[in-house]
Amino acid sequence: MGKSQDQDVARAAEQAAQHSYSRLVAYLSSRTGDLAAAEDALADAFQRALQTWRRSGVPDNPEAWLLVVARNRLIDGGRKFTVQKNAEPTIRLIQEEAEMEKNQDQAFPDDRLKLLFVCAHPAIDVAIRTPLMLQTVLGVQADRIASAFLVSPPTMGQRLVRAKNKIRGAKISFEVPCRDQLKVRLQAVLETIYAAYGTGWNDLTGCASQGQDLTEEALWLARLVIDLLPDQPEARGLLALMLYCESRQAARRSTDNTYIPLSEQNISLWSEPMIIEAEQLLAAALRESGIGPFQLEASIQSAHCMRLATGRNNWCDIIQIYDRLAQLAPTAGVLIGRAAALGEGEGPQQGLTALQNIDLKSIRNYQPFWAVKADILAKSGQLREADQAYQKAIDLSEDKAICAYLQLKRQHAYGS
Amino acid sequence: MNYMMMIFESDDAMESRNGGPNTEAYWASWGAYHSALTEAGVITGGNALQGKQTATTLRITDGKRQVQDGPYADSKEQLGGYMVFDCPDLDTALDWAAKCPAAEYGAVEVRPVHKSE
Repeated sequence: MGKSQDQDVARAAEQAAQHSYSRLVAYLSSRTGDLAAAEDALADAFQRALQTWRRSGVPDNPEAWLLVVARNRLIDGGRKFTVQKNAEPTIRLIQEEAEMEKNQDQAFPDDRLKLLFVCAHPAIDVAIRTPLMLQTVLGVQADRIASAFLVSPPTMGQRLVRAKNKIRGAKISFEVPCRDQLKVRLQAVLETIYAAYGTGWNDLTGCASQGQDLTEEALWLARLVIDLLPDQPEARGLLALMLYCESRQAARRSTDNTYIPLSEQNISLWSEPMIIEAEQLLAAALRESGIGPFQLEASIQSAHCMRLATGRNNWCDIIQIYDRLAQLAPTAGVLIGRAAALGEGEGPQQGLTALQNIDLKSIRNYQPFWAVKADILAKSGQLREADQAYQKAIDLSEDKAICAYLQLKRQHAYGS
Repeated sequence: MNYMMMIFESDDAMESRNGGPNTEAYWASWGAYHSALTEAGVITGGNALQGKQTATTLRITDGKRQVQDGPYADSKEQLGGYMVFDCPDLDTALDWAAKCPAAEYGAVEVRPVHKSE
């Protein structure tokens, strides 16, 4: 057998993996409640595909081939335990196998939404939801996830195993939540996706390629949610928000990796197609009822983009949106963003007052708090206090480029 | 699948079982909850427990009994009772736990019961 045919087989398997991995995992796990077993069965099926397809060629429907092999493996695995364990999931798989043989033309059902809701289930630790979603829905390798989340691969592996054991052991249901819980549960799914994006972003500062990958995964996941739940404005809001941030990716750092804040970015480097898509998504979301934090965050980004048209920021609008956001979701990030906007739009004193009014314990060790405080203090001429705040912000920064930037601002404050 | 509800209550709540201004409301809420559970055929067993001051904790160290006055874990809220539910999945068990009176003033830990294989 020729080398090129081997390559064809490998490519076909890779394409099938890319296109249908999440659907296959979702289909199998939602029937057995066992994510780890579904992943193992699929890994085995892909392995078998590489061998078998090399001999007998790539089948017409690689996806269906993989499903049958993985399902048979699960059923075989289930039979071994049937005597001792509850055989219900296995029986369900066998029944569905018979069903599907009758209707061979039909594609198998898309259960990915159920899988997304399981990964972001309230009974699953918040810290593991994003890694779990990346691994099970996207098939991202555990060691890559580990490096993005700054833990060792064995530690990440253990945490993922623990989460999957909880899903199986406690029998978390693979169901789309009912209407009255959908909004709250969807918010958790969206926050999980946004956390993947945030991880990619933060990581960008260190080693660019890895972080960049995760931001793309997050965008893909958001698009998937919109496909599966087209009538949810917050999902559109999230994708819009991430696209606005992504559109400025080329402008955030200079070629020598110097940090460039939003206010000093070269707007000609912003990606116009991404901004246009974000604007369309946001407009569509706002037309529907059900405003939420992601739509408001996206609206703030949209207001920042007005600089493209007018050359300057519209702080009045930005402050108004922050006020609504602060009522709806008063997180540390939102309250600090609001204070910064007030400092720019209404004056340093208003900004400082807003900062002082933030009543959150965690704020004392939160870098953005000190960075914003330092800026506002410097602007109001309180140089000694500004200097101390800059020092605190620098101490709390993990990113060298940010440290260098803050150091520069600190010197500027003294120079003026 | 069977799930155990471990019901954690504050000392005040435990006190109000045995007389006081809140006693009637306390037992009324539990009575209503229990009726709803029975009617739905969810509950398969359970009991309220006496207060933590009646608890004794024992462990064997080097073959010797170590007996201690008090509960295993002395926390602000104490294990006030337990129930076992038969539910199809965790989500259903959590829905029932959310209706438990103690969910409002204490906490409910939900755990699947180990199946012997």
